Amino acid sequence: MSLTNIRQGSLVLVDVAKVQSRGALYVAQARTRQMMKWIWMIIGIAIASPVLYLISVGIGLGGLIDESVGPAGIDGVKYLTFLAPALLAQAAIQGTMDETVYPTLEGFKWHKTFYSMNSTPLTGAQISYGIFLTSLFRAFYTVVLYFGVMWAFGALESPRAWLAIPTAIFAGASFGALMQALAGKLEDENIFFVVLGRFVMMPLFMFSGTFFPLTSMPFFLQWIGWISPLWHATELGRHLTYGHAISPTMIWVHFIFLGIMLVAGLFFSARIFTKRLAK
Amino acid sequence: MSNPLISARGLTKKFGDFTAVNGIDFDVFKGESFGFLGPNGAGKSTAMRIIGATSQRTSGTISILGKDPEIHGPQIRAHLGVVPQQDSLDMQLSVSENLYIYGRYFGLPRAFVKGKVDELLAFAQLEEKRDAKVETLSGGMKRRLTIARALVSEPEILMLDEPTTGLDPQARHILWDRLFRLKEQGVTLLITTHFMDEAEQLCDRLMVMDKGSIMAEGSPASLIKDYSTKEVLEVRFGSDRNQGMADQLRAMCDRIEELPDRILMYTEDGEALLEKIYAANLHPKTSLVRRSSLEDVFLRLTGRTLIE
Repeated sequence: MSLTNIRQGSLVLVDVAKVQSRGALYVAQARTRQMMKWIWMIIGIAIASPVLYLISVGIGLGGLIDESVGPAGIDGVKYLTFLAPALLAQAAIQGTMDETVYPTLEGFKWHKTFYSMNSTPLTGAQISYGIFLTSLFRAFYTVVLYFGVMWAFGALESPRAWLAIPTAIFAGASFGALMQALAGKLEDENIFFVVLGRFVMMPLFMFSGTFFPLTSMPFFLQWIGWISPLWHATELGRHLTYGHAISPTMIWVHFIFLGIMLVAGLFFSARIFTKRLAK
Repeated sequence: MSNPLISARGLTKKFGDFTAVNGIDFDVFKGESFGFLGPNGAGKSTAMRIIGATSQRTSGTISILGKDPEIHGPQIRAHLGVVPQQDSLDMQLSVSENLYIYGRYFGLPRAFVKGKVDELLAFAQLEEKRDAKVETLSGGMKRRLTIARALVSEPEILMLDEPTTGLDPQARHILWDRLFRLKEQGVTLLITTHFMDEAEQLCDRLMVMDKGSIMAEGSPASLIKDYSTKEVLEVRFGSDRNQGMADQLRAMCDRIEELPDRILMYTEDGEALLEKIYAANLHPKTSLVRRSSLEDVFLRLTGRTLIE
């Protein structure tokens, strides 16, 4: 047993400057290592989810819709083509949410791993950025796989459809950052999940122009779409995948909305993490 | 003596109206094993979190390795090894992965950490569990892993918050053996505990804490010498008679303490005192002569036992 090797005070070894510049990456590396333990399940979900949705709603329900609206289509295209970009954005949002909310609760509450991470030179802000970065990785391969399935179903019409990939990831990032900040505040997660699932995620999914144009909703319900990152991302996705008409101003509005959400989410998340760890 | 590694003056931490640490002063020197002894809620863990440069103090001053934790948190934490009360290990990763990622958090080179992991697995007697998921480990193994994790960066100070709470006696002894080896090698240890036997075995110098304040400070032996007698005679007359006996017994020795189930009598010679009791025709149901311990010191200082 090499006990004599337990040395102390290797002042030369620990490089604080390196941790200060790369700390968030170290956190992301560790998180990715955890994620790899579930990688096949994550990939399975990332493929099964679009396949099931596109077959049942896109082709099944879509067949009926296409029949009744005739050659004019929905927004000028088949229902499947109309629906797919919304599902793509939804998948990105769900992916980043899973990878920000659960690790944050685990870190602060379930196993308190953030506290031991904060016992190293890592700061609260770096921990928050590291978790966020990992969620982007999840969003990336979820969206790429989803996009592949969309292509296989013939749901892509525009040559620049691939731009819907970064756009969906961007939307996922915006929502994930905000959810991470929120999760950082949580003391009682049980109520949170009930409220989040039933009163936030569900309405967002149903009322963001996902299954039908937002304008078919009564005007007093349309605001749900306006504040929903999913609607902004869906509009952009439809524009990119099949040429859904939107004005240049609205393109800016969509990007700026998502951008503000992202910056605010990251800012508050870093602050909330720092404060909670320093209590 | 050389400059202290840790030096605190008037250190205070409040949570709203509640004062967790109430203006404490202390110094910790290189190579010593320093302990905070006190019951749950005495403010030990809060003090540890401030020393660990994670929790911010409300007032007072503290210098750790010559730096102020409020300004140089990361620089201080780079040289501390922290074993928190709750293991906070990564349950999804394996034993060796837990050590590896923690080493990386210090910015240590990959090759160095890999070598270090082998060394620490040997130290923690976890070589056979190298690839096991942390979830599957026993409480004692998790604790040893947490200690190994804290050593990955070769810290200047190893801080242990209640190192053996919740462990069975055998696991505690294995852990004490590991910690004692570190102490023998001159590793600076900072320990909180509410176990007096742990404090006696592992600490060179102790601070007895209660309700956020320091009640006494010194080596375990000097604390016992200053605040207790050499021996203690424990007598039991049965719970209904203990109280009635107390007045008679009080006259026979320096001091007595009445506990719910027994009476403690403080004296220089326990056997002689017991003979005196029998001579006075009092017949305790059971009696026991033992040496004074830190438990007696705590009882004397606070009027309460450590574990309530």
